Amino acid sequence: MRLPTTVEAGSAFSIQSAGNGQATLYIVGLGQVLKRDVLLGETAFFSPGSLISAGRYLVVLAGVSSTQNGSFDVVSTHKPTNLSFLAKPSRLPVGLRDGITGAVYVLDDYHNLIASPTPVSFELSNPSSTVQKHLVVTHNGAAWTVMDSTAQQGIDKFVARVGDAYSTRVVAQVPGDPCGLKMTAQQSGQQVRLVTDPVRDCSGNAIPDGTVVTFTEKYNGAQSTVDEPLKNGIAEVELSARSGATFSVASGIVMGNQIRWEK
Amino acid sequence: MNNGRLFAALLGAVTVALVAIGTVWPAPSAAAYSGVGNMLRSSSTPEAAVENLGEEIRKQAWEKAYGSLANRAQFTETEFVKDLTGYYPSLLTYTTLDRFEVRPLHASANEAEMELKLHWATVVGLSVSTRDLHVVRNGDRWEPEWPIVRESIVPPQVIAVNYLRWDVIYRGSGDDWGSQDVEAPHVRIVDMHPVDRAEGVVILGELLNEDVVPAYVSVSATLLSKNQSPIATEGSFDRIDHLLLPKQVTPFLIQFHNVALSEVGSIRMTPLSALIAASADPVIEIGSEQLHPAPGATLTGQLINQSGQIVNVAHVLGTFYNKSGQVVWVADQYVDQALAPQTPVPFEIHIPEDLARNVSSQRTVVATYSFGGFQ
Repeated sequence: MRLPTTVEAGSAFSIQSAGNGQATLYIVGLGQVLKRDVLLGETAFFSPGSLISAGRYLVVLAGVSSTQNGSFDVVSTHKPTNLSFLAKPSRLPVGLRDGITGAVYVLDDYHNLIASPTPVSFELSNPSSTVQKHLVVTHNGAAWTVMDSTAQQGIDKFVARVGDAYSTRVVAQVPGDPCGLKMTAQQSGQQVRLVTDPVRDCSGNAIPDGTVVTFTEKYNGAQSTVDEPLKNGIAEVELSARSGATFSVASGIVMGNQIRWEK
Repeated sequence: MNNGRLFAALLGAVTVALVAIGTVWPAPSAAAYSGVGNMLRSSSTPEAAVENLGEEIRKQAWEKAYGSLANRAQFTETEFVKDLTGYYPSLLTYTTLDRFEVRPLHASANEAEMELKLHWATVVGLSVSTRDLHVVRNGDRWEPEWPIVRESIVPPQVIAVNYLRWDVIYRGSGDDWGSQDVEAPHVRIVDMHPVDRAEGVVILGELLNEDVVPAYVSVSATLLSKNQSPIATEGSFDRIDHLLLPKQVTPFLIQFHNVALSEVGSIRMTPLSALIAASADPVIEIGSEQLHPAPGATLTGQLINQSGQIVNVAHVLGTFYNKSGQVVWVADQYVDQALAPQTPVPFEIHIPEDLARNVSSQRTVVATYSFGGFQ
């Protein structure tokens, strides 16, 4: 029995046998088995697409009086057409060094890993800032990189590209902690209306609505607190107007200004 | 040997006789609790009159309880029942009275003041409410007057609410394994330290949602011995606000019973966070908070629902700090009354006496639950 040393996944191949009479040819691999009745001494042809999964295949030729064994390898096509791209995290604060990781597995048409060194281009782009580009060569079929999150919030496109094949992920860059949190106070009937300035992080990005801002009033040993979510970029609340009361504002672990109410 | 058999036979005979007597002539309290009798007695004294009222409330015999009141003309039976079980669905709506205590405060020939302490068995534990009753003599009977508290009813109306809400769509089951999924919220423990208490080790701390999305959170801790072998693992259970909006902070308390801090080498903290659909509504103002020093140290205040949605159950968590800003205790209270819009509801959190002297400031958060979930 004469076997090919290697077969490229999806391509045609043939197996030549010796002798005469009838026999059965088995080709057994990972997740795939071919069985064919053959005439000994003739060549068995296998059409393109017969074997697609890379790996070692065992060949058994079972005749009436004897059995022959052999093996050959099916290898990837070396033409990258699919990428498995893992990008983490999908959401992170702005201005984080090495905060984004990307890992790529380069695959052929039949999703076999291409183990030979292949250059992969990673590109992280934000519409309002510069593009970060890294070129990494795969090692055993995988390539990875790290990127910084930019100072601008927004939805970044993270693209891994090998030749014509590419895969895209989105990475949401969200504002960091509030910075310079400031409120103002105004009399509103029997109450004091406390309103924050538009709340932004240290890079000037608007803190998203729903973020909790805590207003506290301290007066004569008593305290009142309201956790108010941002709405349209600001938070506002009404608390009792008492002369000598102190109002403070905070968000998370960030403190804002204090106002002493004297009327 | 014979004496022993004789004693055993005698003991058996006495037991059978006592069981028979108990069955034929049961004690009034046993009969009442088995549902075949009652513990009511003649209202010939102020105590007896209030005890009878407490017993009827325990049995939810509202008609009889209402009928026994001297001032029943001032309110309807429905108002009386609502006063006890809540005008809106709340913890008390689905509870029963476990027991009650009656304590005389003042008595004269024709009038008396009695304290009725009601111990309600709610789904989150015991809830105690106290009412001071004026009791009046009517011939040879005493009749209590019920101190009715009418909750203000919110008039029917439509309230526009435009607070943000978040929904979550996870990746589909058919997606490739490398496909992105939505990121779990990023949370951080911003304070944590263990305290040695008589009942065991207690871990106190605070957890911050530093993300821009709401998070369902919980914290668990594993105590490790000095040779790094695990001693025990516990979670914060309900001593935490499980729903954190962006940049919100919750205290947490984890209890390890029967473990001494001297046995502990290190502690492994595990904060858990998951995305959750949530609404920024309702907003609760915590007003008039006041720390009352020992003895009987408490934090009192009132909750004011600033939104349009009725909050059926409110869970108040108080974080207490010392002068240097370190957490010294976390205590909580479930409010057994629903929070109607703009209606103040009081709360009172007890602080352990020995720790109260170290408390110099506090921060309070409220976890809210509305029947029917988020709307």
